[in-house]
Amino acid sequence: MKSFIKILVIVLVMVSFTSCADKNGKNYQYMPNMYESVGYETYQKVDFLPSGMEAGIPVENTIARGKMPYKFANGPEGKELARLQLSPLDSLNTEANLAVGAELYTIYCGICHGSKGDGNGNLVSREKILGVPNYSDVGRNITVGSTYHTIYYGLNSMGSYANQLNEEERWQVSEYVMKLKQDLTK
Amino acid sequence: MKKVTYRNQFSKVLGVSLLVCLFFSANLFSQDETTSAGDAVKGKSLFNQNCAACHSLAKKMTGPALANVETRLAEEGLDKEWIYAWIKNSSGVIASGDAYANKIYNEYNKAAMTAFPTLSNADIDDILAYTAAPPPAPVTPAVATAVTTGDAQANGLSNEIILGALVLVFGLLVMMLFMVNKTLTRIAEANGIAVEKEASQKRTPIWKAFVKNQFLVLVSVIFLLLSGAYFAYGWMMQVGVDQGYAPIQPIHYSHKVHAGDNKIECKYCHSSARVSKHSGIPSLNVCMNCHKSIAEYSGNPEGPSAEDLANGYTNEFYTGEIKKLYAAVGWDEENQKYTGESKPVEWVRIHNLPDFAYFNHSQHVSVAGIECQTCHGPVEEMEIMQQFSPLTMGWCINCHRETNVKVEGNEYYDKIHAELSKKYGVESLTAAQMGGLECGKCHY
Repeated sequence: MKSFIKILVIVLVMVSFTSCADKNGKNYQYMPNMYESVGYETYQKVDFLPSGMEAGIPVENTIARGKMPYKFANGPEGKELARLQLSPLDSLNTEANLAVGAELYTIYCGICHGSKGDGNGNLVSREKILGVPNYSDVGRNITVGSTYHTIYYGLNSMGSYANQLNEEERWQVSEYVMKLKQDLTK
Repeated sequence: MKKVTYRNQFSKVLGVSLLVCLFFSANLFSQDETTSAGDAVKGKSLFNQNCAACHSLAKKMTGPALANVETRLAEEGLDKEWIYAWIKNSSGVIASGDAYANKIYNEYNKAAMTAFPTLSNADIDDILAYTAAPPPAPVTPAVATAVTTGDAQANGLSNEIILGALVLVFGLLVMMLFMVNKTLTRIAEANGIAVEKEASQKRTPIWKAFVKNQFLVLVSVIFLLLSGAYFAYGWMMQVGVDQGYAPIQPIHYSHKVHAGDNKIECKYCHSSARVSKHSGIPSLNVCMNCHKSIAEYSGNPEGPSAEDLANGYTNEFYTGEIKKLYAAVGWDEENQKYTGESKPVEWVRIHNLPDFAYFNHSQHVSVAGIECQTCHGPVEEMEIMQQFSPLTMGWCINCHRETNVKVEGNEYYDKIHAELSKKYGVESLTAAQMGGLECGKCHY
């Protein structure tokens, strides 16, 4: 009987040890001062800032370094004006730009618009998102400028991709979209 | 064995009931087809192709809900000709000063409807026939989900019952054994046979014998020290390592559903991994790129798997998580508008290198072209995200020793590659030979 109690105690102790191993908690650290950053980490909670965290929205009426404001407004009127804008990318470098554009298109656009731009991406064929237009749609008459406008602001159900792609990348994708349109109307 | 056949039977029942449901719903469809002028089936595909981006049958999206739009417009005194004109060139109708057209245009935040000059009148008739057909959706899924949830509960319950019964039987057996033993001893005593208990002779206790044998003591002390050192080393090496860390997140985001089932690229959401040090946690507007349109989880066509159901990952569960996203981002589903009242989602960061180690995502993702899965594991199969790699220095260095630097098409490496490969006498250089083991590369 005594040995039974001893075994029970040992088992209990072991169980209590293993139950402390929790996938939800972080492990111990040797010297937390060297592990934890002194500066504010991305997305860290910061009480004194207006948003309550490190990440915030740009201050009004300021322009971030390396960014240029877009001259066309959101909405149908701005889009009509943007339609006439040409791509500012170097036309001698088209090959390289299209290659980058294709890569980015596959990541950000192909999931809905399809790898050929026919509006049959994976999300569409799985019927998650419907009504994605074909680039060669005559009623839409997309141009490189209007494509850029749509990527910048989004349109109806499509969101803005301005935070995922920078200015040059947006133009590269727009040029690639025009290439897809050309291939589709061929 | 029993349990498995039982489960199969259930899935069979499920399959048959689903088939029945589908069969009946198909019947419903065919009946409607005959009554309306246009072809509802053709209309459905046209609707999905052209209209569904902004319109749904039952609820408001960017544009109004379109169920029975023809009869609704007829009540407003607008005939089919008006609908043809509107669909083919809505801005023209608005410009002509049509009262209803302007009312709708202003009601929906002046979102201009795309012109569809390519649609013929017959096409529009088909679409109208589809919108007039009562949406059969609410009937079938309700039945199907009721069956599936019942199935899950029944499965869980039956497992518990079986386990309980087993425990009960085991307990009974033990009790019976004791009782039999007792009665047997009693019978033996009654018959005058003394049951021998183990003779407790005076022997030298085992620990005294052990102490006397000095060689044995030495060996066991060394053994104990070594094994103690082994375990202590093992324990100390895992301090600060968070492999397998899988915290509960405020919104149950399933990488399996997004990256696995729907094959969304990692870099779609973690776009900064391409261009910056961090692979950021995406802001909620990235979620809304798709979830503006996807308000409900419909899952795979074959329905949730038995494993998902056992974990409680039903379609309703996922839909509830999407509603959490809407609440956080301040999206008013009813009016398809942002309310402006948002609150940040406090995601729990999983991968975190110590502050004294420098790591740059873009260097690995864009320059070296390493797959995300190399370090983060099969994320597309993870229902709950967890840390796959130990993220220790040894782990980093191992990879740098084994991986060749990707020099093709990168002018930056041309010269250094030519010189170093001559120096080492090899064709392709590993990251380590390129200086990937220098302390200052990561610690400064």
